[in-house]
Amino acid sequence: MTIPLESLEDGQAVAVCGRWTAADSPHLLDCVEKIKIPPAALTLVDRIDGLDLTGAYFLRRLERRAETLGTPVQWTPTRPELLAFTDTLNLEGAAAVPRHAREPSIGAALPLDRLGRWAVHGGEAVRSVVDFLGRIYVVAGGAVRRPARFRPRSIIRQVYETGLQAFPIVALIAFLISVIVAYIGAQELRQFGAQPFVVDLVTTSVLRELGVLLTAIIVAGRSGSAFAAEIGVMKLNEEVDALRAIGLNPVELLVLPRVLGLVIALPCLTIIADAMGLAGGAVLSWLLVDIPFNQFLVRMQEAMAPTTFWAGLLKAPVFAFLIALVGTYRGLQVRDTSRELGRLTTVAVVESIFLVLLADAIFAVIYWELDF
Amino acid sequence: MINPIPAVEVRGLMNRFGQQIVHNELEMSVQHGEIFGIVGGSGSGKSVLLRTILGLQSPRAGEVLIDGDVITGLDSDALVRVKRRYGVTFQHGALFSSMTVVENIELPMLEAMALPESIIRGLALQKLRLVGLPDDAGLKYPAQLSGGMVKRAALARALALDPSLLFLDEPTAGLDPISAGHFDELLVYLKRMLGLTVVMVTHDLDTIYRTCDRVGVIVDAHMISDTLEGIVKHPHPWIREYFHGARSRAAQGA
Repeated sequence: MTIPLESLEDGQAVAVCGRWTAADSPHLLDCVEKIKIPPAALTLVDRIDGLDLTGAYFLRRLERRAETLGTPVQWTPTRPELLAFTDTLNLEGAAAVPRHAREPSIGAALPLDRLGRWAVHGGEAVRSVVDFLGRIYVVAGGAVRRPARFRPRSIIRQVYETGLQAFPIVALIAFLISVIVAYIGAQELRQFGAQPFVVDLVTTSVLRELGVLLTAIIVAGRSGSAFAAEIGVMKLNEEVDALRAIGLNPVELLVLPRVLGLVIALPCLTIIADAMGLAGGAVLSWLLVDIPFNQFLVRMQEAMAPTTFWAGLLKAPVFAFLIALVGTYRGLQVRDTSRELGRLTTVAVVESIFLVLLADAIFAVIYWELDF
Repeated sequence: MINPIPAVEVRGLMNRFGQQIVHNELEMSVQHGEIFGIVGGSGSGKSVLLRTILGLQSPRAGEVLIDGDVITGLDSDALVRVKRRYGVTFQHGALFSSMTVVENIELPMLEAMALPESIIRGLALQKLRLVGLPDDAGLKYPAQLSGGMVKRAALARALALDPSLLFLDEPTAGLDPISAGHFDELLVYLKRMLGLTVVMVTHDLDTIYRTCDRVGVIVDAHMISDTLEGIVKHPHPWIREYFHGARSRAAQGA
């Protein structure tokens, strides 16, 4: 490999040799920074064999280095044409550009400033959620008068995608979880000689809590994220704007069918999860505690209050509403960048799981007070 | 200095999707230092041809040569080295939406060159000014730019590693005639200053008349290529229609 910069014998001249291109750049920078610049005058001898803009940038850097030392620069036979061309770009004044434009702020970390921003952002968020709920209410209200507006086809598609397609995974997870509950329960209850109560444990926990809660969490991960991502991509592609421009309401077309579809699908999935959970409990009771199926059924009915099944199922539509609401709301918030899409999809899943658990806690308190 | 090896060459290219034959024994050759326009009706396979040349999809048969090196069927490492020799712009800009314009330009540089950040920033700014964008546009995100600025920013990113070969997919589509005209001027100017070879897919007759040295028309799954003067006189009905329709006469008159 040729040496890009070589001091010639008289000490005044430096030969510029070989290729000065982007592909050789780290090497070039090194040479430009290290070459000894003669104090009187720098003569650059053009022996360049291939120069591009990156190379020109480095040559200009070399010239500037000499100029700051007060050394005049000249070229023999002539200064490369491309170098004159880059001069017209006026790159000298370029170094001062900051990496990012900063948001204006009064005093770096003034607590009051932060509190104010937090309050304003919080207020805006509450306003926009209320606004979103209002839009759904208006659209749903209009649709009650004209049922075609409910878009039955879209709702059926949502029930299929969020319900039917989730069926295998929900069934499997419900089965496994109740197996785990029955197993741990049987181990603990053995200490008191109360193994038959495994049936009570499984029945109550699956029907009241685990069935619906696990289903909701799976659906939040599956469908909540899908809602946010689908609608988010439509926002990025300006499809949502296109709907508006045609005179169609995005809430009616995109939000309402998803909300209603999930409100239908999640209770159905919950019933399946309940059934599979009880089946799992029955299998394990038979294997671990020697309770045959017919006896399991009898004990199960004794363990169930009339409300046990409904206490779980009643929560399903509420959870579905929360999941669909968060997913579609976050999807509609996506703007401009692919990173926003990823961020808001994540936010949708995390928030919907959080809201589901919060709602479940509130249900527990209400049921306790009502003795349900 | 005439380089006898074509910058881009396509030999016996065959592409088909199911029953539909897109390219059949398609031949194409682009010389160093020329602007070559690829023209064809909607669905004639212009974009497929470009994607095949770029190695984004494999052809049924045939080969693609860049600077005399066969690139069809290369392994991925070798292909990456070839890809550093050319720059590409896509129809809608395809700027990375989560990065500012300057960061977009810097990305290929950071990947390919081991240089300090301040130098990379300087080089990115050089490219930004080269395509005629103001400095403050560099700090904006793609969503904040106008259509013309997006095209220029995409060009700046394509030029990041100083390629001698550029592929442009519909570079002036969606621009107003004045912006499109400025873009054409920029292209001719850069070609003259940097000795670029440019292959572009375009529908824009004005762009063809203002910039192209030669034109290749895809008709009946083949390519007919000639100089602009030659292709205009070609007897094929689609080509006659294309270059002698009302829109074309208006472009020629301009």
